[in-house]
Amino acid sequence: MKPIQWMRLACTLLALILLTGCATHKPYDYTAFKASNPKSILVLPPINDTPEITASNAVLSYTTRPLAESGFYVIPVTLASETFKENGLTQANDIHATPIAKLHEIFGADAGLYITISRYGTVYQVVGSASIVSATAKLVDLQTGAQLWHGSASASSDEGNNQQGGLAVLLITAIVKQVVGSLTDESYRIAGVTTSRLLTAGTPGGILYGPRSPRYTPEIKP
Amino acid sequence: MQHTIRRLALLAFACAGLSACTNRPQSLYQWQNYQADVDSYFRSDKLSPEEQTRQMEEGLQKIKANGATPPPGYNAHLGLLYGQQGRPDLFVQQIEAEKLQFPESEKFMDFLLRNFKK
Repeated sequence: MKPIQWMRLACTLLALILLTGCATHKPYDYTAFKASNPKSILVLPPINDTPEITASNAVLSYTTRPLAESGFYVIPVTLASETFKENGLTQANDIHATPIAKLHEIFGADAGLYITISRYGTVYQVVGSASIVSATAKLVDLQTGAQLWHGSASASSDEGNNQQGGLAVLLITAIVKQVVGSLTDESYRIAGVTTSRLLTAGTPGGILYGPRSPRYTPEIKP
Repeated sequence: MQHTIRRLALLAFACAGLSACTNRPQSLYQWQNYQADVDSYFRSDKLSPEEQTRQMEEGLQKIKANGATPPPGYNAHLGLLYGQQGRPDLFVQQIEAEKLQFPESEKFMDFLLRNFKK
C-alpha cells in the first residue's frame, strides 16, 4: 500500500470511531418523571435571552400543540399570561421565580415547564439569511419541586436547503425567501418547529407520553 | 424557461407529498388554527378581537361538525376573547365548556370564574 492509501484508511477508521462514539448516548433517566406522573402542565412565559422582544410570546404560542398531542392537559397559555399580568407579574424572570406552591394553588397543574430562549431571529449569511430559534426547557413537579425532565432543541429555516448545491440555486432561494413573507413571520414558523422538536414525546431523551395519549404507559407499581 | 417552471412545479409537488407523509399518524385533537389564534392574540396588532373571535367560532363549528375534540385551551381562550369584549355570559359558557372537556382544568377555571367576572 502507498502511504496515501494508508492515510486514507486511517482517516476512515478514525471517522468511524468518532461516529460510533456519537451514537452511544447515555439513556435518559426518567425515574423522577415516572414517579411524578404529571397529567397537566403549566407553561410559564419563556425567559428570553435574546434582544428580540417578540421571542417569548412567539415560542409560548407554539408550546400547546406538541404537549397536548403527547397526552398532557396544557393550561391555556393566554389565560395564564393574563393571570400573571393581573397579579403584577409581567417579566418572565419574575414569573419563573414564583414559588411553586403558589403556581399549584392557582393553576392546579401537576408540573411547570420553564423555557429559556437562547437564540431567536435572523442570521445574515453570505448568500441569503436564516431564521434560527433555539431553546432549553425543564419540567418541574409543582408540588415537590423535583426536576422531572430537561432538554433543548433548535431549528433553522436553512435546514434542507443545502443538498441541491450550486450558487445559482442558492441565489434563487435567497430571492424567493425575501419575496415570500417577511422574515418575522418566518421566525414564528421556525419557533413552531423548535417547540415541536423540544416538546414532542417519544423522541430520544424527550418527554414521556402523558395519560391522554394512547401511547401512554402507566408505571406498574410493584 | 417553460421547461424550468414545469420542473420546479414538479419538485414542489414532490416536496409537498413527502412532507405530508412525515405528519404524525393520528391527532388527539382537531386544531384548526388554534396556535395561530394564540399567536394573533399576543401580537395584538394583527387582527381585531372581533375577527379573532369570528375565526375561532368558525373553527369550533368545523370541529363539532367533524365529531372531533377541540384541543386544550381552545374553549377557554375563546372565553377570554368574549370576556374582553364585555360578554361575561359567553365567557362563563366557554370556561364551563373547557372544564367539562378537560377536568384537569377545574382548579384554574374555577379561579377564573371567581376572579375575572367583571
